Amino acid sequence: MKTIRIGAGQGFYGDSIMPAVETAKRGNVQYLCFDSLAELTLAILQKDRRRDPAKGYASDIARQMKELLPIAHANGIRIITNAGGMNPAGALREVKRVAQELGLRGLKLAVVTGDDVKSELDAFRDQGAALAHLEDGSDIASIRERIVFANAYLGSKPLVEALRLGADVVITGRVTDSALFLAPYIYEFDIGPKDWHRLAQGVLMGHLLECSGQAAGGNFSGDWQSVAELENIGFPIAEIQEDGAFTLTKTEETGGLVSVDTVREQLLYEIHDPFAYVTPDVVLNVTEVQLEELGTNRVRVTGARGTKRPDTFKIVMGYSDGWLGQAIWGYSWPDALAKARTADRIIRKQIEQAGLQFDEIRTDFIGYNSLHGALAAQPTEEPNEIYVRLAARTNSREDAAKLGRLVPPLMLSGPPAMGAFLGMMKPRELLGMWSCLVPRELVERGVQVTLTEV
Amino acid sequence: MARVQLRQIAMARSGDKGNTVNIALFAPSDDVYEDLAREVTPERVKAHFHGLIEGEVVRYLLPRLRAMNFVCREALGGGGSATLRMDNLGKCYASNLMRLEIEIGDDSG
Repeated sequence: MKTIRIGAGQGFYGDSIMPAVETAKRGNVQYLCFDSLAELTLAILQKDRRRDPAKGYASDIARQMKELLPIAHANGIRIITNAGGMNPAGALREVKRVAQELGLRGLKLAVVTGDDVKSELDAFRDQGAALAHLEDGSDIASIRERIVFANAYLGSKPLVEALRLGADVVITGRVTDSALFLAPYIYEFDIGPKDWHRLAQGVLMGHLLECSGQAAGGNFSGDWQSVAELENIGFPIAEIQEDGAFTLTKTEETGGLVSVDTVREQLLYEIHDPFAYVTPDVVLNVTEVQLEELGTNRVRVTGARGTKRPDTFKIVMGYSDGWLGQAIWGYSWPDALAKARTADRIIRKQIEQAGLQFDEIRTDFIGYNSLHGALAAQPTEEPNEIYVRLAARTNSREDAAKLGRLVPPLMLSGPPAMGAFLGMMKPRELLGMWSCLVPRELVERGVQVTLTEV
Repeated sequence: MARVQLRQIAMARSGDKGNTVNIALFAPSDDVYEDLAREVTPERVKAHFHGLIEGEVVRYLLPRLRAMNFVCREALGGGGSATLRMDNLGKCYASNLMRLEIEIGDDSG
């Protein structure tokens, strides 16, 4: 029976490159798919593009391709990546450059565009799309002037088209993460657009692969200390057959763990309603999924159910939401927490005295409550050290910068034994996220697949 | 009946989407799953995360996977790129939930 092997290449912009290289060398895969865009990555890439219009793609793509293209070319592996981010054409330019430097010939590169709908928003409204907030229904008018990017989550269709055109490398911007992995399954087995259950299996396969190490023992909450060699973790590989049943595994030479427990932890990751996980390709129901451990690092996955895909695409926009000013510094034992609390009181009083206007001021005591917030239990033993992290939100970049300047005087005029003032942290622009739905046809008419040959 | 902390009997993973966090909680056996389903109600989760979750908590049950999923709205102070919080992606919510203490049946220990 025909089986194709698809490897996870990356789970976010900045993820390790070595596991993908390992899979390309020894994984016997036909496809390597890179999810470079976590939910907030477009916000980061948009900031890059505003500084330099030639940027705005995941810039590690050059290093990745330099390592991978020769191996992929030799082993007949096709690469699918959403590293195009806010600028797929810029990413294409980089891949071309790398291919030329490597002396590779006859490489077909496809670029998918049309996810960037910022310039279409008014047209969408004119044609009846309210662009109201997906969660609370609020009117977009409140943020309309502050929108800095707007991208639709495209489905697998243009990616499949690129594969049919013979692309060796497919570069996209925002598509649903799972579509990167679903596309080769659809292409190889010619899955129909209404074959809901098989599409559901394909989306589930993508969902399990898209977070790289997370399905292979990374970020595992169970017996994580027994997971082998996380420093050498192997990213998951799916072996999928025509009926959609697939087995999750990894190469033998790597660390990590593919077990029923590591797989089921990933199964619900960032899923809301498990009866209806909405993608542009199919609505996935994972409640009847069965996981079966076939052997060491081999888990078979069946039972995903699918229903009709929605008539809408999800659009996520980022809008300017003020500036974050931030400062971090530490205190030593004894009385570290008391010193930190006193320093916090001093700075807050000085903020008042200086008349600085902040919409929100937040203090975290790192080592005590910075990740657990109000849930953190009062320490029963005196901690050796505590860091103060002060953060403030304001509409003014200048005011955000002033926060850090209040801190250095504490060295000589505050509580004793202050260490590690980490410098004046540069103000960071905060971006709010706005999700809404737009009729499918409004988005689809702008989607294009372009093929170039090196 | 015995009183245990979730960390002794369960696994969990959490993640973000906009200003929403989901926490998936997993049991090692059917007996423990029944205990979790009885004890770890959405109301308890909301109360447990007092000060962190501002919106509603919805629970979905998946007995076949011995899992349940808590979807927690308004839980990230505005969402990953807008929040002042340090756990801006909500990845620590799962371990925070592990502090919760529940009653379990004698068969579940």
